Amino acid sequence: MAHSSQPMTTVRQPAPGTAPRVGHLVGVPVLLATAVALLILTWLTVAAKSIDLGPLNLYIAMFIAVIKAALVCLFFMHLKYDRPFNSIVFIASVLFLALFLWLAVLDTITYRSEMLPPTAKEFAPNLTRFKQ
Amino acid sequence: MADAVYGADEQRPVDEHGHDAASHAAHEQMPYLQHHWETPAQQFDAGKLGMWLFLATEILFFAGLFCAYAVLRRNHPEVFLVGQHFLDVKWGAINTVVLILSSFTMALGVWCAQTSRKNGLIVCLILTLAGAFTFMAIKYVEYSHKIHEGIVWGHNFNPQRHNGHGSHASPTAASADPTHVVAGGGAADHAAAAAPSGDAADESAQPPPAPDHSPAPSAAPTAAAATSTAQLALEVSQVGLAPPGPSGLAPAAVLEPAAADHAHGVDPYEAAGRMRDLHLFMSVYFALTGLHGIHVLAGIVAISLVLWQAIKGKYNSDYYTHVDLVGLYWHVVDLVWIFLFPLLYLIH
Repeated sequence: MAHSSQPMTTVRQPAPGTAPRVGHLVGVPVLLATAVALLILTWLTVAAKSIDLGPLNLYIAMFIAVIKAALVCLFFMHLKYDRPFNSIVFIASVLFLALFLWLAVLDTITYRSEMLPPTAKEFAPNLTRFKQ
Repeated sequence: MADAVYGADEQRPVDEHGHDAASHAAHEQMPYLQHHWETPAQQFDAGKLGMWLFLATEILFFAGLFCAYAVLRRNHPEVFLVGQHFLDVKWGAINTVVLILSSFTMALGVWCAQTSRKNGLIVCLILTLAGAFTFMAIKYVEYSHKIHEGIVWGHNFNPQRHNGHGSHASPTAASADPTHVVAGGGAADHAAAAAPSGDAADESAQPPPAPDHSPAPSAAPTAAAATSTAQLALEVSQVGLAPPGPSGLAPAAVLEPAAADHAHGVDPYEAAGRMRDLHLFMSVYFALTGLHGIHVLAGIVAISLVLWQAIKGKYNSDYYTHVDLVGLYWHVVDLVWIFLFPLLYLIH
């Protein structure tokens, strides 16, 4: 902010249409196509709700959401053209999200509670919780 | 502060900013280049990496709530199946479209800034702000409707259908004659309105005990249609009144996932009388959409600040970092909603 005190009139204003000095320019047609694809996928995910596919419904909804998220990241957020390190940072956060989710539901999806009392009594006989 | 650090011990001939002659000349040409960066590219990349690191923490911020969602849904799938009927897919879908369009105008705004199109940038930022305000307005409609009808979190959860505000058409008796439901549940309703904190002891004195408010385990949602309206109303009014305990847990098992799955006309208001755990869904809903809403509000502030600077003519093809970074933030807000919408509104 050291230079913010300078009057803005000294800045050479580039003419409209000038290519950016830094970063990558993602053109309007690409942005427009991305937006249209996102809207179509939104319609698709709403329509997919009325089709009964059992547990597949959740996976289909999540699959569509992941595609939408990828479109936003790659084109709206310029990740496709950006420095790879930014992608690494973002993917790392998503991987940790997946790790947290997996660990959180691990207990629910794998623990066999009907096995609890006998084994618990065998290995931890003094726990009052398991006494009948 | 930086001037004091650099200025005192430098050996080269330096100006008051700690630059040598060549560097000073370069910075003279580029007033937007802060003195601690060598080149505009270095400044831009550093800013962008910082933003991405922040966005990573944002993802992890939401990760906690998504974990809560996953565990609760795994443990109580029926709560989510029935609870989603309190939400209106129409509003959720409209808000999804609104956010996608405002994300698009934000990306267009970045393009305008990158190509020195000042007026285009201002228009795009205003459109993006309009999208953000529309989103919050719709969220206000949704929230106020839910709070009005007692569809809230925790022990204040006490759904009461009000005339003409049902989010879903339903074939059951509760919606066939909603005035009776409101009249029957009126005592608890007015008590709740007078004391939003939900004084259970006070309310429990109001309605007479229901003849039978624990249906047989085989009862499906449609079976409630056979129940008399008055009895149903009493059941609904009992939601927040019965003391928590094993007796309250048993009716939750009445609505099996398969039964709710195939009954497309599930009436959540009626189900709330027997599914005492239904408030779990609303807790998750308000936590996730609330945190997301806070991010939308923060986005409104950030976009407004950038709009202010854009009007002053700060951004062009040489320097547009603020627009780019706020754009990244706004896209993440969109990103989170892309997952929230199917997870909350489109449960099958």
